[in-house]
Amino acid sequence: MPEGRGDSPVRKHHSVLPMFIFGVVATAIGIWIVLAIHWFPTDASRQAHRIRILYDVLLIASVPIFVLVITVIGFSVWWYRMRPGEELIDGPPIHGNTRLEVVWTIAPAVLIVFLCAYSVSVLYANESKKSNEITIDVTARQWAFEYAYPQPGKKAVYSPYLYVPIGHPILFRIRSLDVIHSFFVPQFSEKIDAVPGIVTALRVTPTKRGVFPVECTELCGAGHAFMRSTAYVLRPALFQTWLKKQPLQPLTASRIPSGSVLPVAVPGVPNPLPFLTAPAPTSSSTPAPASSAPAKASAPTKTSTTPSASTGTSAAGAAAGKAVFLSSGCGSCHTLAAAASTGVIGPDLTTRLKSDCANPASQKVRGATLSACIDKAITDPYAYLPSGYQAGIMPSTFAKTLGPAKIGELVDFLVSVTK
Amino acid sequence: MTAIAEPVHNRTRVPLPEKLRAPGWYRAALFDLLGFAFGFALTCIVRIAMHQHPVVDAHAITIVELITVPIFFLIGIGTCDYWFYWMRGGPTRPENHDSHGAHTWRDYFKVNTDHKVIGVQYVVTSFFFLLVGGMLAMLIRAQLAKPGMNFVTPEQFNGLFSVHATILIFLFVIPVFAGLANFVLPLMIGAPDMAFPRLNALSYWMLPVGGIMLLMSFLAPGGAFASGWTAYAPLSTTMPLGQLFFTLGIQFAGFSSIATALNFLVTIITMRAPGMSFFRLPLLVWANFSTSLLVVIATPFIAASQFMVLLDVALHFHFFDAFVGTHNNGNVLLYQNVFWFYSHPAVYIMILPGFGIISEIIAVKSRKPIFGYRMMAFSLLAIVVLGFTVWAHHMFVSGMPAWIRIPMMVTTCIIALPTGIKVFSWLATLWKGVLHLDTAMLFALGFLTTFSLGGISGIMLAMIPFDIHVSQTYFIVAHIHYVLYGGSLFTIFAGVYYWFPKMTGRMYDDRLGRLHFWSTFIFFNLTFGPMHIIGIQGMPRRVADYAAKYADWNLIISIMSWGLGLSTLIFVYNMVASWRGGPPAVGNPWRALTLEWQVSSPPPIFNFDTVPTVVGGPYEYGVPGAVHGIFKAPTEAKPSGTIATSPTPE
Repeated sequence: MPEGRGDSPVRKHHSVLPMFIFGVVATAIGIWIVLAIHWFPTDASRQAHRIRILYDVLLIASVPIFVLVITVIGFSVWWYRMRPGEELIDGPPIHGNTRLEVVWTIAPAVLIVFLCAYSVSVLYANESKKSNEITIDVTARQWAFEYAYPQPGKKAVYSPYLYVPIGHPILFRIRSLDVIHSFFVPQFSEKIDAVPGIVTALRVTPTKRGVFPVECTELCGAGHAFMRSTAYVLRPALFQTWLKKQPLQPLTASRIPSGSVLPVAVPGVPNPLPFLTAPAPTSSSTPAPASSAPAKASAPTKTSTTPSASTGTSAAGAAAGKAVFLSSGCGSCHTLAAAASTGVIGPDLTTRLKSDCANPASQKVRGATLSACIDKAITDPYAYLPSGYQAGIMPSTFAKTLGPAKIGELVDFLVSVTK
Repeated sequence: MTAIAEPVHNRTRVPLPEKLRAPGWYRAALFDLLGFAFGFALTCIVRIAMHQHPVVDAHAITIVELITVPIFFLIGIGTCDYWFYWMRGGPTRPENHDSHGAHTWRDYFKVNTDHKVIGVQYVVTSFFFLLVGGMLAMLIRAQLAKPGMNFVTPEQFNGLFSVHATILIFLFVIPVFAGLANFVLPLMIGAPDMAFPRLNALSYWMLPVGGIMLLMSFLAPGGAFASGWTAYAPLSTTMPLGQLFFTLGIQFAGFSSIATALNFLVTIITMRAPGMSFFRLPLLVWANFSTSLLVVIATPFIAASQFMVLLDVALHFHFFDAFVGTHNNGNVLLYQNVFWFYSHPAVYIMILPGFGIISEIIAVKSRKPIFGYRMMAFSLLAIVVLGFTVWAHHMFVSGMPAWIRIPMMVTTCIIALPTGIKVFSWLATLWKGVLHLDTAMLFALGFLTTFSLGGISGIMLAMIPFDIHVSQTYFIVAHIHYVLYGGSLFTIFAGVYYWFPKMTGRMYDDRLGRLHFWSTFIFFNLTFGPMHIIGIQGMPRRVADYAAKYADWNLIISIMSWGLGLSTLIFVYNMVASWRGGPPAVGNPWRALTLEWQVSSPPPIFNFDTVPTVVGGPYEYGVPGAVHGIFKAPTEAKPSGTIATSPTPE
């Protein structure tokens, strides 16, 4: 049994005043520090701006609570830690204090009511319907986003990159073709899941021109980390120009096409991803020549509108192969000029297919001929890994999902465009 | 046990060697083979009957084996022997204690019905899985140290963090609390054991079974399960075979959890010593009572969610397949609702026992009664009730109907109030106490700091507009580690240090313990603090690679995380070395009032030679002459000095 008795040495009495002063000063310094930290990326939408203010309010409300905790702990340790000679004494038998307990129940409750009310007002402001909204349909699948711009009375315009006009309310309608994904632009501060079977909606009003990342934030399989896209916020006039130059018809009806257009270079917008941009095509239904790969489009003046030699001369199989290429989503990961695709997850087929297949190590496992090599690369993608790429990204199920006939057409197409 | 001690039924004609008939590892190995053969034959027979080809299908057989082999193992090792004996009509043997208590270290590897042995088995097994899960975290941080690392493939990476989270939640945090309570709780309420000792043993043995299943998924073709610990459908229903190791492994861990919770509830309700009214219970007992209520009500929901995944994968039920049927019959959000209806209460399952531990330690080490005892108990019950009303705050961006978000935000904020009451009451308990700043107390104070940060970021996450920005980013990773590492794990460390003398009969090295605390506390904050920033900046969680702008912070986080990993080795060394050669511990080294400290260290085989009578509250420090329990019959039990009353006099 403990020996705590009332015969303890008299302990020093401490006034709470120094602790109170410390707490006030620490709160002031703490608020100054947390507000000085550069938490968010640039805010590029009305919604983001409101959320940043909400976050500042949350920080200001949080600091005093945290300071209270560490101040009481710190001063208790400083003033009341056991000193030599106090090993057997006990503290005063204080069992509670109803008034104090009521205060620390009511005060946080009041704070929480305020914060909830404020959050709801921000939520309503962020999600309210606007009269002149532009609708953009986002389709997510493993592992790419696709954007469609419905045109009244016409077929929709498709794009692998997101183009939005500044200052215009946008309604995103989001779908998924396979598993759950999530559509997130950090600078817009808005995200929502793409859920198979339902259409989710998201409202954003961009307020800043620029190039921003689009990220998938919901785990969606092996390629999740690489499921990124790009958002371009343009001046409205430029947006309209861009929209008019896009192909009006989807390339296949059954699947959402990918890689249908090249992103245009945006004048006056810093582009952190120069390899993604090619000069604004006069007509993107005309494939860029194989020699001028978009990945190497550092010399835009050399762009020619001559159709690729392969398009006119190849057999019907190759033409069918192009359709397979477009409909199977190859372009969402691979750049191929002949199909006007600009994916960057897998190797650039325009520039690397020939050289990789000529590599002796590749010829050992994938055969010496180009067609054998391409066939093997599709049906058994990890048999040979091109330098700089790793196993586990490309689906290894194409042999099953496409079947030999379609793969044959695809190989014919790729052989015909690889000269 | 029974097979040996029951000569009447020993008429077997097959002369099986003794080792294969007695419960234990040899029989478990034999039963594993039998279970394998049974599962194999059953699958083939059903496939023949259903005209499935080929008859021998590795995928189908594996699914069935994942059910039959573990169950046969549990029977083989001897968890069910007495029940089979009793079902055969054998008379009960009230005084049979063959499987009770441990005399050598080997007894810890057998089926044992002593709650103290089971408690140690639980704690040691859980810490083994802590080290495994921690190792996986080190590998995760190796991959994330630089952008573009090819340390593992993206698929392997997804497997690493999925197994990391699953192991640490289901095989560490939840069971280690059950283990500590298993050892301490019957002693605290003055009971000789748990209410159902054999069920207790079965609960324990399901745990390593579940853990090994989860780890074995790394050997499955296609790699370990890689859809996160949340295993959202339809990703999880389209994953390779490894996913089923999660789906079924969780069932064993979950059943173990439910059985233990029932055991605690019955023990607490029916086996309290004379005079131990509910308002004289130590708060650890209150905490485990509340936790057990949560487990019993909530855990069946995760079992249901995983059975639905199993039926989707194995038998094509299409619960979650949105693209099947004339009206797209599957419902993807159903999974998330069922899953979070368990998994939100689960976060309280993972913290309430820690609250109990902190209440014990702060009262004893501050030498003061716990401040506001009744409010502490009621706030636990409030958390139990409110815990079932907040699940959809995990789904603010899931595409569920928008209006549901607002009531969920409000309830999430309300549940912060009882938690706040607890934090403020602990602070008030410290005030004017005599603070003994040993390792256990340091971890308790560290817990108050880091858990407050985790609670504050939790309130921020309740605010829907802000949550929309940060959900599924590293901010969430930071928050969950602040509440599960800085919260739960700090309380676990505190509890292990606090009860180490009682469990082992030895004292630990307090200097090493304090070194462990400071290194853990510093590296913890340096590892998980910066994650708030990169999360708000927009770095998604669960990614094997990231944009170059997050590179600097990630390198810092990786280096700090390795420091955090190393700091855990100090703990492991301290525990192993002190258990083997630490100075012997006295019965009550902390001068605590609760009953477990009133017996020897380690306690006698049946806990109390005399059943104690409880005459006062558990935390009457500073009250002259206060006692909590007296080792006398109720009629003779009179405290010598002033009668210490319950916290509020009545």
